[in-house]
Formats: sequence, structure tokens, C-alpha cells
Amino acid sequence: MSEIILELRNISKSFSGVEVLHNVDFSLKTGEIHALLGENGAGKSTLVKIITGFHQPSSGEIYFDEERVSFNDTRDSRDVGIAAIYQELSLFPDLDVAENIFIGRQPLNNTKMVDWRKLYAEAKKLLDSLGVKIDLKQKARNLSIAEQQMVEIARAFSINARVLIMDEPTSSLTLNEVEDLFRLVRNIRKNGTAVIFISHRLEELFEIADRVTVLRDGSYVDTKPIAETNREDLIRMMVGRSISEQFPKIEVPPSDVVLSVENLSNGTTFGDVSFELRRGEILGFAGLVGAGRTDVANTIFGIRGATSGTIKLDGQTVSITSPRQAMALGLAYVPEDRLQHGLIPQMNITKNITLPRLDRFSQVGWIQIRSENKEAFEVACQMEVRATSIQQKTRELSGGNQQKVVLGKWLSTNPRILILDEPTRGIDVGTKAAVHMLMTKLAAEGMAIILISSELPEILGMSDRIIVMREGYITAEFSREAATQEKILTAATEDVRTRIQQ
Amino acid sequence: MKSQANPQNTSAATISERATRRSLTDVFKNWELLLVVLIIIVVLVNTRLSPYFLNAKNISRTSSDFMEIGLMMLPMVFIVVTGNIDLSVASNMGMSASFMGLLHNMGVNIWLAALAGLALGTLGGVLNGYLIAKVKLPSLVVTLGTYAFFRGIAYGFLGDQAARNYPAKFTYLGQGRVGGSLIPVSVAIFIGLAIIFGIILHATKFGRHLYAIGNNEEAAKYSGVPIDKIKFSLFVISGFMAAFAGLVLAARFGSTRPDNGTGLELAVITATVLGGVDIDGGKGSMYGAVLSLLLIGLLRFGMGLVNIQSQVQSTIIGLLLIVSIFLPHIGQRIAANKATRFRWKTVLAVVGIIALFVLFFVFFFWSRAPVLAEI
Amino acid sequence: MTDQETSIGKQVPRQKLNLLELFSRFREVGIIVFIAILVVAVSLRAPSFLTINNLTDILMNISIMIIVAMAQTMVILTGGIDLSVSSVIGLVAMMVGFTLSANSGIPDIAAVLLGIALGAVLGTFNGLIITVGKVPPIIATLGTLSIYRGLVFFYSQGTWINAFELPQSVKLLSKGKPLGVPNLIIIALLIAALTFIFLKFTRVGRNIYAVGSNADAAEFAGIRPQRIKLLVYVLSGLISGLAGVLWLSRFESAQTNSALGFELQTVTAAVVGGVSTSGGVGTIPGVLLGALLLGIIQNSLTLIQISPFWQLAAQGLLIIIAVVSDKLISKRIVRSK
Ligand SMILES: Nc1ncnc2c1ncn2[C@@H]1O[C@H](COP(=O)(O)OP(=O)(O)OP(=O)(O)O)[C@@H](O)[C@H]1O
Ligand SMILES: [Mg+2]
Repeated sequence: MSEIILELRNISKSFSGVEVLHNVDFSLKTGEIHALLGENGAGKSTLVKIITGFHQPSSGEIYFDEERVSFNDTRDSRDVGIAAIYQELSLFPDLDVAENIFIGRQPLNNTKMVDWRKLYAEAKKLLDSLGVKIDLKQKARNLSIAEQQMVEIARAFSINARVLIMDEPTSSLTLNEVEDLFRLVRNIRKNGTAVIFISHRLEELFEIADRVTVLRDGSYVDTKPIAETNREDLIRMMVGRSISEQFPKIEVPPSDVVLSVENLSNGTTFGDVSFELRRGEILGFAGLVGAGRTDVANTIFGIRGATSGTIKLDGQTVSITSPRQAMALGLAYVPEDRLQHGLIPQMNITKNITLPRLDRFSQVGWIQIRSENKEAFEVACQMEVRATSIQQKTRELSGGNQQKVVLGKWLSTNPRILILDEPTRGIDVGTKAAVHMLMTKLAAEGMAIILISSELPEILGMSDRIIVMREGYITAEFSREAATQEKILTAATEDVRTRIQQ
Repeated sequence: MKSQANPQNTSAATISERATRRSLTDVFKNWELLLVVLIIIVVLVNTRLSPYFLNAKNISRTSSDFMEIGLMMLPMVFIVVTGNIDLSVASNMGMSASFMGLLHNMGVNIWLAALAGLALGTLGGVLNGYLIAKVKLPSLVVTLGTYAFFRGIAYGFLGDQAARNYPAKFTYLGQGRVGGSLIPVSVAIFIGLAIIFGIILHATKFGRHLYAIGNNEEAAKYSGVPIDKIKFSLFVISGFMAAFAGLVLAARFGSTRPDNGTGLELAVITATVLGGVDIDGGKGSMYGAVLSLLLIGLLRFGMGLVNIQSQVQSTIIGLLLIVSIFLPHIGQRIAANKATRFRWKTVLAVVGIIALFVLFFVFFFWSRAPVLAEI
Repeated sequence: MTDQETSIGKQVPRQKLNLLELFSRFREVGIIVFIAILVVAVSLRAPSFLTINNLTDILMNISIMIIVAMAQTMVILTGGIDLSVSSVIGLVAMMVGFTLSANSGIPDIAAVLLGIALGAVLGTFNGLIITVGKVPPIIATLGTLSIYRGLVFFYSQGTWINAFELPQSVKLLSKGKPLGVPNLIIIALLIAALTFIFLKFTRVGRNIYAVGSNADAAEFAGIRPQRIKLLVYVLSGLISGLAGVLWLSRFESAQTNSALGFELQTVTAAVVGGVSTSGGVGTIPGVLLGALLLGIIQNSLTLIQISPFWQLAAQGLLIIIAVVSDKLISKRIVRSK
């Protein structure tokens, strides 16, 4: 029987008087992959940060190798062999990819100087083994969320850790990258490394985990071998009730085209993109990481310019040069990166939700606080945001709850065209179903929706039509009926040039 | 989006509409309260030290000394809230006032000259705003440049000359009182403007946008906040106010020299940050800034009354600046009751550092023993 | 094509991004171009510009600025700022000056070490109020800027140190030419080289960039941001202390207003040289070029006989033109490729 490497007993944690973890127990065996599961705000990330010493528990004990330990900072936990990928990505935007992987642990030559050549060589080896192609000298600032996640993963694997913690490492990865990651995870567990794995994609847990521990509202619920549970069982433990996970889809009769994009290119990351979007339609965009979907969305929303091509709204050519202008034309965009582009972290939930449409609550510029709060409260309730109050700063919310705030903020602008970029990233199963419900309803009411998602089931379940992109070009388009997982994957991975030659 | 679920139902479980009660630690974070306490202390101490302190005439006379700083501080609060800075204000003030003085020396009507000064200062703000909002250079870099440029122009205008003999109807702006009361005109203007600036910052869309930019400029842009327009307008306002402050200064002195107001930008920034406006942007209030101006004014006034040199006054204000941030932080720590464990390493470090400072001052006094012994 | 290779591959952008990057790696190009234009323009107007004497003059004039700009750069790289450097220089020059004049026979090296030690103590004070007291750097050093200057006043009691009160050997510390070039220039270049190596090739140096780039991430990565910050302020004080002694040596005097306003010059050299005030970005060669540009501007304005009253304006204008053209050139190069 494998021995226990890490054990938490009776861990509690409070933030300024509010207890978010109550007497949680947790134990981790060498060589096991242990999933941590719970709704948004259940306390998973907080638990992880307590293990790594980023937070200190208010009470309770931590045992590592059966010895009582207390970590004052992450340095202490690193010294005993604990490595972590945190939910909020933590790269250094101004450093390049290779150095990000080795920061603080750069290889030194015999004069104690950083050996840059060796650093790049090792970084290359590491990324190759992960099957990742990212320019090593690229600044992390320029990476997409998924690429950042890959670099974080590379960093975590470059440490020969005894305990590896991954807090939602896969939330914006597509099937291929997830497969690569799992291959590596299985590899290191052979050497006895224990892994804590957090994900809201339940199917991933069944694929990789040995045991699962469920938290609910900051309390420990149960720990079970994954083989002895099933999906419904887990959801019941998490939420306390069962949830219908069927993708709700209301058929909407085809209507007039509201948005048409013709031969759009930005000269760098995508080219020759053409498609049409109709009223009441949900148009899915599938593709691998780096396929250029986010850049297309950014360009339509006026964040980045295009070098050629036209965008037409209701048949009229428009030139959108700023988000402000896009919003005036009835567009809304839920960005992929909630921390960088979605939230004003120091501001409370209310102010975040009402930011894009302050006009509605102000008279001659004067903001009516009361009606603003009322509206924000309704939105927060509808999105099932879990927080102490709508006056709480969004910085203090759990990742999934932050995502809900961003979603609510844009949904409530009541746009004609809604672009959703990974809308359910990091959202738990219960709320995800509610978000899907809402999307369908909005579409039925006539909203046109573009859905970019790395989760194929979501794309397949929600879209009326699916466009597949690869390396900046559209490679296929399927109707809802014709689309299958295999077809989409083929279109997303097949080499464009060979296709053209055929 | 109309909510379909009944908010009151779901709310119990996930979120409340009202803020939770503030804890003890938050009290220490309340900057404005701290400033009020400090002001009271200063008033009490000063009244004991000098019988002239609570003299209305005296207060009225000194209060106008700080109005130039105050006038420049108002837009500075806006700018710092967005995470930017304007180092060129005092130079701009010198430039505008010198331009007015130059025109006055050439015999131009004083009001026309004043108007021209205002226009030039605003133009200076336009230059800053253009380089920051359109060329997208960092505000610190741009205003470091214009800090020298504007001051240089002031010297270019007047050289080693001064402009004087402003007519009384102009100097009224800096020396006059409102009606028959004791309130200086400049103070009345400042109070009026401070209220307007405060309302804009705290109750309007524009103000909200400033905070959003200061917190996360990217996200603000994604939310449709017109970043460039706002930044541009801020620096233009700042330029205008700096020029206006220049006029007030000229009116108060009754003359203009090109070095007028040199170094005042630091006083303006000191007042702003002492007011609790976070230099990294996104935090701060107008009343905090006004309170800190009041505090600095009372302090300097009191110290002046007991004949403390102006240099030493600055030192004391510098100390105050640091201590006023340092202490609440320590207070917070104690209130939060952070269980810090006793560690030999920490003790050694503390002892070592104290020894270091003691050594420094031992040397400081020893090396000047003969002279310093006399006092 | 295997699965592995297809995972993350941006074929379309590859070429473009590389060029963009190539430029961003040599982002000093913009400022070099500007310096070149300036040099050509000035030497056309004033042939005496390109003489060895004048060039030595320029270097001599910017040496102390270079030294302190190195310290300033390290601080700004962590996202902070040290406005107190000028007061540290003033205070150290004054204290060392009085010590030397009151006690004859102190060896030069002792004077230098004394200056460094005094500066380090002052820097430690800055560092502690910033890291332990959590006072924002700009406020802390704005405060110590006036506190240290106040100490100068208190210490000197209205007197000052004159050239004749200083031993000759101390004056030669900066002006002697055992290697054919004034010592001061060599010291400045030496310190620049050391800083370069420190920042580029040591882990601690890289941690400085990391902390400035993302302090939270640094903490996640097991770096202790507070220690790194403390370190840069101590270093800044230490280097400014050395600069204080050199100031005394070069100007052969210490006055209550010595180095007044110098802090903004060091910040200007750093930011014109491409150091980002939000931290994490900047290189030593860039800062050297920034300082050189400032030196050339100051020198050439006198040479081409601009009226002294307009010199400051011209100086400010040229700095603005330099940063604007740098920005536009880098934009242009990125776009045209
Ligand atoms: N710094 C903080 N200050 C105050 N409250 C906090 C802070 N960090 C976390 N919380 C609260 O603690 C609770 C648990 O958050 P945590 O991030 O651990 O949730 P989670 O299980 O990781 O959720 P998710 O699935 O959304 O990532 C949340 O209610 C959150 O609001
Ligand atoms: Mg989490």
C-alpha cells in the first residue's frame, strides 16, 4: 500500500472574519492522482494555497511525510518538493517563455552565472516533450491564455516535485493538449509523484484521477475512489441535489443575417475569414489552441485592427475601431481572459457589472447608486454569484465566480450580437447548465451569438452551426446535424496545405 | 436581461445586497478619519505652542499661501487616480505666469494677458495630453520632459527679469477678500472648485471611469471606456488649472519671475498621496486630498509661527508622510493579531538594523561634535 | 504530421513575430538613431564638438549620472523609484567632506568606504519603510528626499566644504588619469559593467526583473519579493553613497544644495533609455545611451551658442523629441516589416 505523503487535518481559513473553509481533512498518497471537486467558491483554490504556504490556515494542522509542518511562504513548500500551478495564471509578462519556466532556478555554469544557452536548450526539451510549439524567446505577455497554461505546466513539470498541484490547468485547453498533459501526468506518477488535480470538466476526472475529494461550501464532504462513483453521484455530493445536464436547445427558425464577415485578415494571426451570423442563431467556433478564434473576435469587437476584409452589420459595411463603437452598434464581447480584460479587480461586483452601461443609471452623468445596486443585485443572483455581498471586491472572488460576474456584466448589456469567448471557463456544472439555459433563451428571443469554446461537447450541444478554424484559416463548416466530434477534430488538426492539394 | 429567478429566493444562499459590517482592521484603513485625527492633534499642539495660531486674521492670511498647490492638486487627484502623473504642473504654472508677465511688460491689457497665459497653459496641457493619449508615451516620461521644457520657456520669456506693477484689480485675485469677510478670494474659488471636482470624481460616470482606468486599463477599454479621450482631457484640465494657479500666484506676489513655483510639483504630489490617493491608481478620494492639504497647511503655518526654518519644515512633513502610512499599517497588523512566531533570526536582524542606525547617528554627531555641541 | 507537432503552431504569424521581436530585443535602435542625428547636426554647426577634449568633457559630466542611474534602474525595474538619491549624495558628500577636513591623514579608500557605508545605511532606511512599513516607494523616497536634505542643513549648520579643505588625493580620485582617461569615467563604466552582469547573469538579478514584472507571480514562484525590494534600495543607497564621495571629489566642494534636483536627471536617463516605470522592462545598454543622450544635449546647447535663457527649454524639447521619435521609429519598423 502506498504511504501518505501529505495530510491536512481540521483546516479552517477565514478572510477578514468570513470563514471559507471549515475543518477540512484531506490526505494524499504517493503516486496517486487525487481530484479535488466542488462548486465555484467551495474553497478548492484556498485549500491549495494553504498547502503551498501562500495562505496560512486559521487553524488546523498540516503533515508532510508524517511530520508536522507550517509553511510561511511558497518558498518553504517548494523546498520540501511541492510545486503548483495556480488558477490565476502567474507568469511574468515581461520575461520570455524559457525564463518563465526556469525563473529562480536558472541553470548556472561553474562561475555561478546564469547559463543562458543551457536554459534555452532545456526549455526546448521540456516544451517538446509536452508537444508544445511556442517560441522560447516570445515574451509571456504575447501568449494566449492556453499557451500561458502550457508554459505553467512546463514550469511545474520542470521541478522534480514530490507533490504536484494543478488548479484548473485544463480550463482553456482543447482535447489534444489535454491528452498531452495527461500522458505526462501518468508518467510522473510512476516515479511516485502525487498529483492534486482540480477541474470542472468531470469527464477529465474519470479519465485521470484515482480518488476524488469533494468540498461543499468550504466543508469536507467525502473522499472516494473514482471507480466507485459516477457522474450523478459526484454532482449530488457537490451541489447537494441533482442537476439536469442536458444541453437545452430551442430550435429557432432561420432568420435574416445580422453580421457578415468577408475575407477578414489581420496579416498575422488569421486570414481570409468569412462567415455569416443570423438572428437567433448560435454559431460555434471550434479549433485548437492558437487557431486564431480569439483574434477574429477581438477584431470584430474593435480591439485590434484588420488589414483587409469587411464587416457588415445588417448588410451595411461598418468600420469598428474601438470597443466603445462596437457596443454602440449592439455588440458585446465576453473576453477569454477574465483577469486581464474582463474585470476591474479592485472594484466591487456592482461596479463591475454596470461599467459598460453606466449611462443607463446616470442622469447628466450623475450615477443613481440605488438603481445601480438593484440592477447589479439581480444580475448577480441570476448568475448565481457566490460572494458575501455585491459590495465585495471581485479580486476576492473565486475564479468561477469572477467568470460569472464577467458573463453577467455583458449579458445584461442586452446586445444584438453577443460574442462569447470561453464563457464557461472555470464555471461549475450547476451554473454551467444555467448559463447554457440562458444562452438558448436569449437566442430564442432573437440575439445572435458567437460561441468560442475549447470544450467540444459545449460547442456540439449549443451551436446551430459550427465553424472550425486551424492556424488562422477556416477549414470547415458543419450544420448542427452533420457535426460530430471526429469531423471537427479532423478539420481542426488536418494540415491546410495537404487539404488544398487534394 | 430580465431576471427570471426570484432574486430574493436565491439570494439567501449565494449573495447579499448589503455590504458586510466593517471589521476593526478596516477602521485603520480609513484614511480620511486618520487625517482628521492628525489635523485635530496639530491644531491642539499648535494652540498650546503659539497664542497666534487660532487668530482668524492669521489663518486667513496663510490660507491663501496654499491655494496654488490646492488648485493644481484638484486635477492631479484625477490624474493619479488613473495611475498617471503630471510632473509638469509647476513648470507650466511658471510658463503661463511668465507669458502673462511678458505681455504685461509689453503693455498689453492685464486681462488679455491673463487670458493669453491661461491659453498657453492649456496648450501645454494639450501637448502633454496628446503625447500621452495619442502617441501613447508613459505620463512620467512625457511630463519629465515638459517639466524642463515649460520651465525653460518661462526663462526664455523673462530671462533674469521680473514682471511687476500689476494693477490692483488683478492682484485682488490673490490678495483680496470676498466682500467684507475674512475669506480670501482664492480660497473661495478653491473651495468652489474642490466641491465640483469632488462631485465629478465620486458621483459621476466620468469619475467612475477614472477609477476603472486606474485599476485595469485594459479591462476598462474592453468595457467601452473611452480611455484616450479621458486621458487627453485630464491633462488639458491639468494644464488649465496650472495656468490658473500661476495667475493666482502672480496676483498674490504682485510680480512674476520665471522661477516662480519651482519644486511645487512635489508639494502637489505630496498633498495628493498624503490624501490617500494611491500612486498606482484606482484608489483615493477628493476629500482625503483636501484634508491632507489642510493638514500640511496647518502644520507649516504652526511651524512658521514658532520660527522653524522652511527646510526643517519640509523634513518634518517628509517624516509625517512616511509615519502616517507606516503607523496605520503597524496598527492594522496588531489589530489583525497576526500570530508572528518568535524567531532568533528575526531578533538578530532587528538588533543588527537598530545598531546600524545608532552607529550612523553616533558618527553623524561625532564628526560634527564641535559645532553641534554649541546648540 | 504527428499529433505532437500540431498542438500549438502558429504558422501564419511566425515570420512577422520574429521580426517584431528582433526589434524589441534591440529596442535601443531608436535612441541610437536619434543620437547619431544629433551628433551629425551639432558637429556641422560646431566642429569643436567631435574633439577628444569635448567628448571627454561630456563623459566626465555624465559619469556620476551614469553611476546613480544604474542604481535608479535597478529600483525602477522592481516597479519602484528612488527619489532620495540626490539627498543621499548631498548628505554623504557633506559628512565625508567634514570628516576629511577635520581629520587629516584619512586614506582615500577609507573615505570611499565611509561614503558607501553611510549611503547603505540611508538606503536600508528607505528599503525598510518600503518593505516592512508598506509605504509606496514614491511616497517613502519623496519623504526621505526631504528628510535627508534636512539632515544636510542640520549637519552643516549653514557652512560648507571648500576645495582647500580637501586633500589633493581625494580630488584626484575622480580627475586623476593613471590610465589616460579620467578615473571617474572608468569608475562609471566599471559600475555599469558590473550592474549589467549582475542583472543579466545572476539569479538575484533575474529575480529583480521577475518581481517588477509580476510580484504575485514571483511569490508563487518561491521568490521573496520583499527581500529583492529591500536589496535594490540598499544597493541604491550604497551606490549613491559612492556617488556622494565622487561628487565631493569632482566638484571639490560640498554644499547644502549639492545635487539638488539630481534625482530627476537619473530617472530621466533611465526612462529615456527605455526602462519602464511599471517595472520589469529595461536594459543597461539602453540606460547608458539615455545618459549619453542627456549629456550630449547639455553639451551641445552651449556649443552651438543657444541663449542661456532658452537652453533649458531646448533641453526639455529635445528629450521629448527623443522619446517621441524612439516610439515612432519602433512602431514604424514593426509595421513596415
Ligand atoms: N483574498 C480573499 N479575500 C476574501 N475572500 C476570499 C479571498 N480568497 C478567496 N475568498 C473566498 O473564499 C471562498 C473560496 O474561494 P476559492 O477560490 O477557494 O474557491 P474555489 O473552490 O477555488 O472556486 P472556483 O471553482 O470558482 O475556482 C470564496 O467564497 C471566495 O470569495
Ligand atoms: Mg478556484
